[in-house]
Amino acid sequence: MSQLINATSLPFVVLAAGFLVILIGLWGMLTRRNIIQIIIGFSLTDTGVHMLMVAVGYLNGRTAPILDAAVDRASAASVVVDPIPSALVLTAIVIGLGITALMLSYAIQIHKKNGSLSIDDCSELKG
Amino acid sequence: MIKRAAALLSLLLLGLVFLRLVVDYAPHTALNPISEHYVAAGPDELGAANIVTAVLVTYRGLDTLGEVAVFFISAAGVGLLLRRRERDMGKTTTHRPASELVGTAVHFLLPLIFLLGAYIFINGHLTPGGGFQGGAVLASGIMLRLLADPHARLRHRTVHLLESSAGFGYVLVGVLGLALAGGFLDNRFLDLGTFGELFSAGAMPIIYVLIGVKVGTELGAVLERMKE
Repeated sequence: MSQLINATSLPFVVLAAGFLVILIGLWGMLTRRNIIQIIIGFSLTDTGVHMLMVAVGYLNGRTAPILDAAVDRASAASVVVDPIPSALVLTAIVIGLGITALMLSYAIQIHKKNGSLSIDDCSELKG
Repeated sequence: MIKRAAALLSLLLLGLVFLRLVVDYAPHTALNPISEHYVAAGPDELGAANIVTAVLVTYRGLDTLGEVAVFFISAAGVGLLLRRRERDMGKTTTHRPASELVGTAVHFLLPLIFLLGAYIFINGHLTPGGGFQGGAVLASGIMLRLLADPHARLRHRTVHLLESSAGFGYVLVGVLGLALAGGFLDNRFLDLGTFGELFSAGAMPIIYVLIGVKVGTELGAVLERMKE
């Protein structure tokens, strides 16, 4: 196991896991009929994308882009990972949270109106 | 059934695309030029030990302002969708009281949780953490309070005042940067101070405190709406 997941394969593992989580989330969104389950599927896809972004920004054997006693200012550029994907993921997580909260409140409203959480009962837009 | 098969097929095809991406992925071995500039020049230019914070708050500060705006709009949307109707106002639902354990824990833990949240966003330019994380910790304290006493109400006037003054302050700091330093959201209109000290990195801690307060109050308000 330790040979399978060593330091050089870490980005691949996170990348593969991220794509897998995206696929699971899409599967959930495509096949479930319950709105809450669809929202969970969306959250999974969202998380998968965050994993991809972090994996792409990772550089083998390097440390977090925070300067302290262990990370010297002069040689920082050769020992830290890319700070931009980290900052982007931070943004993406907050936006994802906001969107999820908004979707859940729509779900609450739909439940109040239809008395069920199934998207089959949402017939307003059906031709 | 046919829908399920179609979904499975399209996901399999998408999975094949992803598989190729993973197999052919060549990890970077060095920082790209723009990141290298941020890492090499960031501490000297902006005085922040946490380079992620330097990128988030200053180099790409406008993005973060946009992010705060998006978050504000989604919180406003939740408030609009889950607003209390006039006719529901009279109804009082009876809740089972929370257990004594939770009730006691609130008194003990709430100040500590708020302290931790404030610590995280005040030290955002030095250590891992920042306004968004600290704000989320503050909101978790509000969540605990709501769990202990479902009838608890946030003081809406205070929350609104805090939230809007934090948002206004953020833009004001940005405009001060435009007027007194290099550009919008430039943190250098205040003294950069000694590298690694709490009061350093110019306006960066101020911005993160404002973001922390704003995110904490907005998330808290969303939680309170969701509870009803």
